Amino acid sequence: MDDVILETRDLTKYYGGIHALEGANFVLRKGEHVAVMGDNGAGKSTFVRQITGVERPTRGEIIFDGKSVSFAGPIEAREAGIETVFQSLALADDLNVPDNLFLGREKILFNLGPFSILDYKGMREATLEGLRKTAVKIPNIKNTIRHMSGGQRQCVAIARTATFHSKLTIMDEPTAALGVQETEQVENIIRNLKEQGEPLILVSHNMRQVFDLVDRIVVFRRGRIVANLRKDETDGQDVVAHITGAKTGAEYQNAA
Amino acid sequence: MSDTTHGVGGLTFDASKRVWPNELNVFGALVLIIIVFEMLGALLMGQSFLFDSQGRFGSIFNEQRLYIIVLQVSIVGIIAIGVTQVIITGGIDLSSGSIVGATAMIAMSFAQVAEVNGQPNPKAIFLEQGWVDLPVIVPVLVGLACGVTAGLVNGLLIAYTRIPPFIATLGMMVTARGIAKWWSKGQPISFPTQEFATIGNGFGGWMPVFIFVGLAILFQLILKYTVYGKHTYAIGSNEDAARMSGINVYRHKVLVYAIAGMLAALAALVLSSKNLTAQAGMGVMYELDAIAMAVIGGVSLAGGRGSIVGTVIGALIFGVIISGFTFLRLDAYYQEMVKGAIIVGAVVLDQWRQRYRALHA
Repeated sequence: MDDVILETRDLTKYYGGIHALEGANFVLRKGEHVAVMGDNGAGKSTFVRQITGVERPTRGEIIFDGKSVSFAGPIEAREAGIETVFQSLALADDLNVPDNLFLGREKILFNLGPFSILDYKGMREATLEGLRKTAVKIPNIKNTIRHMSGGQRQCVAIARTATFHSKLTIMDEPTAALGVQETEQVENIIRNLKEQGEPLILVSHNMRQVFDLVDRIVVFRRGRIVANLRKDETDGQDVVAHITGAKTGAEYQNAA
Repeated sequence: MSDTTHGVGGLTFDASKRVWPNELNVFGALVLIIIVFEMLGALLMGQSFLFDSQGRFGSIFNEQRLYIIVLQVSIVGIIAIGVTQVIITGGIDLSSGSIVGATAMIAMSFAQVAEVNGQPNPKAIFLEQGWVDLPVIVPVLVGLACGVTAGLVNGLLIAYTRIPPFIATLGMMVTARGIAKWWSKGQPISFPTQEFATIGNGFGGWMPVFIFVGLAILFQLILKYTVYGKHTYAIGSNEDAARMSGINVYRHKVLVYAIAGMLAALAALVLSSKNLTAQAGMGVMYELDAIAMAVIGGVSLAGGRGSIVGTVIGALIFGVIISGFTFLRLDAYYQEMVKGAIIVGAVVLDQWRQRYRALHA
């Protein structure tokens, strides 16, 4: 199974006595787009926080790109190749697009420690390349984030993942705060990632969006994975039944 | 991407539309204030404010007034360069005036001559130890070490105890003033060596101006073209984003406050050298003047926005107003009252401008 990019075995997280995530076994193959669905508090965000290094799991193993990993923080996860678009976009409002894309990992002309000289030209070119790759349209990359719409901000955050040739992209509700046209733009970027064979985990509540975009749907309920459904073998009603607990996937009967 | 393109949400953006730099607005304000003083001068005094109307200097400008305007802001201006960087990170530094006092006292005591008019120097602090007539590098290094130490303490307190910068630097403000008074039990320290006196009086008195302008250019370039500058703006803009991007926010803050302390110490060296004496009360209120220069120059107290160029123009506005009041023969009391109003006015204008830009972006 060397086409597996991410696998978790018995991934578990307790907050004190609360079992937020219990024995999650999850597999993502290269080039695959998977949606993570579930009600509020079902464990989706907890799951994402474990694999992006924001939190340390209580128990279990994460195997990323063939190696067992244990990230000390989100920066380590990013350096390993997991790029996350968080709900809070983590952009600096007063900086422009290349500055934000390269924040914390600036290209440098020559190294003088903290006073290293920035390679503005190199960063600008890499930014345009990243935007072209994701088909993101940002009219003027010299504009500061403050002067951009919500959709454009989201696009900048997504373009950041594409600029650095990440091995896995995770998006946490990328269109939750966007209007119709802006949502469409973000969905086009996701389709673009699919065409280029970039694996993706999409956390979303939007049933139409999930059926439009992904290959497989993993449903969380009360801290456990309760279903693993191929898109072409299921429908919206079926997924809702799993989310609400009316149904549980055959292989998960004894887990739930 | 030179053409107008359709962006997200059907909005149209023009890539060729340049963002109007804030520094130009501040410069416009400077020109406007000069014009007002010229008009008042013509009406009330019958002479020009900045131009050589009486042919005393043989050039088109009143050179003496220009010199005074630049000189009187250059020492506080050196402090303002550091304060600007602190404010851009979203912090504040109230301790710089007191650091000037303490540094001036300590540095000057290492810069004294052995004999005055054939007699042993009556003011020498370290006469018994024989630490007199030392090379100029000694008081300079001692002074810079004082400033950097005070700045480091500020930065470490803010970064590792998480107390607000206002409180940490307020504590340093009181403590450093105490040190300045304790150092010589309140006595002034005088009679520096010839070399030390050059720091504030060299080049026919233009030395402080050269130091100020040189440092301003250096730090403007550092803020614009180095990783240090980019991270300074990023932290003030969105500290959480900076942290999530892998920037060591705490270490960076310590560095910024240490640089601010070092610049305050440089100002102390220039000031004590220029006056040929150091007193415990030196630099009182300088911290507020420096903050005012930055704010007038368009540095946002919320962090993330501003530049050294803006602060330099802000300092010039400061100097022009003080000289203008002297020119109109108004009492010093009025100067202070109006100074306060200008600081508040600058912040109000900045807020309006931000709101306007948010609506019409």
